[in-house]
Amino acid sequence: MSRTDVPEAITEAHREEWARVVASLTRRFGDLDIAEEAAAEAFAAAVARWPADGVPPSPGAWLTTTANRKAIDRIRRENKRDDKQKEAQLLYDNDPPGPPGAIGDERLRLIFTCCHPALAMETRVALTLRMVAGLTVPEIARAFLVQETAMEKRITRAKAKIKAARIPYRVPSAEDLQARVSGVLAVLFLVFNEGYLATGSGTDPVRHDLTAEAIRLTRLIRALMPEDGEVAGLLALMLLTEARRTARVSASGALVTLAEQDRGTWDTALIAEGHQLVRERLAAAAAGIAPGRYQILAAINAVHTSAPDVRATDWSQILALYDQLARLDSSPIVALNRAIAVAELDGPQVGLAAIDRLEDELSGYHLYHATRADLLRRLGRNQKSREAYDKAIELAGNTAEVAYLTRRRDQLG
Amino acid sequence: MQYLVSVINDTSDLATTDEMAAIDVFNEGLQAQGHWVFAGGLAAPGTATVIDNRGEAALFTDGPFVESKEYIVGFWVIEAADLDVALKLAAEGSKACNRKVEVRPFL
Repeated sequence: MSRTDVPEAITEAHREEWARVVASLTRRFGDLDIAEEAAAEAFAAAVARWPADGVPPSPGAWLTTTANRKAIDRIRRENKRDDKQKEAQLLYDNDPPGPPGAIGDERLRLIFTCCHPALAMETRVALTLRMVAGLTVPEIARAFLVQETAMEKRITRAKAKIKAARIPYRVPSAEDLQARVSGVLAVLFLVFNEGYLATGSGTDPVRHDLTAEAIRLTRLIRALMPEDGEVAGLLALMLLTEARRTARVSASGALVTLAEQDRGTWDTALIAEGHQLVRERLAAAAAGIAPGRYQILAAINAVHTSAPDVRATDWSQILALYDQLARLDSSPIVALNRAIAVAELDGPQVGLAAIDRLEDELSGYHLYHATRADLLRRLGRNQKSREAYDKAIELAGNTAEVAYLTRRRDQLG
Repeated sequence: MQYLVSVINDTSDLATTDEMAAIDVFNEGLQAQGHWVFAGGLAAPGTATVIDNRGEAALFTDGPFVESKEYIVGFWVIEAADLDVALKLAAEGSKACNRKVEVRPFL
């Protein structure tokens, strides 16, 4: 390998090996803090030494060995100070080492610990991005628009709670697994959505770093739990959404709706991969395994991405999928999206009536007003439409959405 | 590893006979499975006295140290291998006493 390839090798090793190094150190030393610090030191050592020494034949093994040595150094240093206390603070783990292969992968333990339900959602997100994805604290702070010191504090507090409250470092038991997996998926979906619909007036409308990170983590979980239908569903949903990313924002930074997007710019490779996953889940559903919400959402996106143009969209199938989703999830957001399909099938008047029934629950949600505005416009009720656009603009947090809604309102004439 | 499971009351209602019976069943389970350390119910916060003897003379003050609509009405101290076990027991305890509970680890 030539020297110019070294930075690339380090980047790749970081992407491929970070979580593995942190996970195996956490397992060995029973302490997230030690694992995180030693892993960071090992990667710093790689940056310092690989350019001169060359990239080792097995970068992962080199990093793990180096990190282990760094961890032992630190423990020796600290043991001189407070032997007993250190002993008492070790993370608890009464599991026998798992079999090699998917479910026994150390990284799964790490993910489940970082996404433990006893931690606040924003903490789970931060911890997962730090420990599993290997983002630095400043990167995470920037991604969620908080001060670096505040993010550092959040992560430090979480590690302290995991230690003091003895949050176990293991894959949950079979009876809890499903609930805990959906907790992990909720974290990943939140990261993805924050990337896809970034909030804040000074931010880019789409944060590709976050969507890419969410997809990478979901791929990892998919590799570790290939049998889980919801994991496959969430990955498909992300891929089919990500495939439309570039078409979704215009050159001037305004949102381009699904109906107006140039479908030729969609990423066909991501769509093919997403469709393949959806087909796999449809086969499972046909065999009697009821799909969960991510699988249904992925199927809805598969219908959209199968249509060569918006007029070819199979709205009756989309409505059927929303009906199925509404049976699992009675949230008004699902009802709103279902009403959009109703409007396409039965006309804006019928859709509007369905949406108006959601006012009590959704009057603070910008897409409720944006959807109403669009239907009122199609019905020629311009004054009412304008009022709804005003309300939507006032509530929207994403810069591209604001630009789109403003343009639409101003076109009312 | 020991955890304090505090029972939080947000009404002035006392435990009903049904709740007391469910708590008894839960306690028997804790004892049978080796999780039991200690438990007790507490009188109303208005019966509390705060003592501060950090100065020259002990100072006695009537009432709880913090006035709040929600207050601790009882507690368990349980033995559990880790937080997952503690949370599961606390969830059963919350169901039994029909109150919110808070789990906090001992140092």
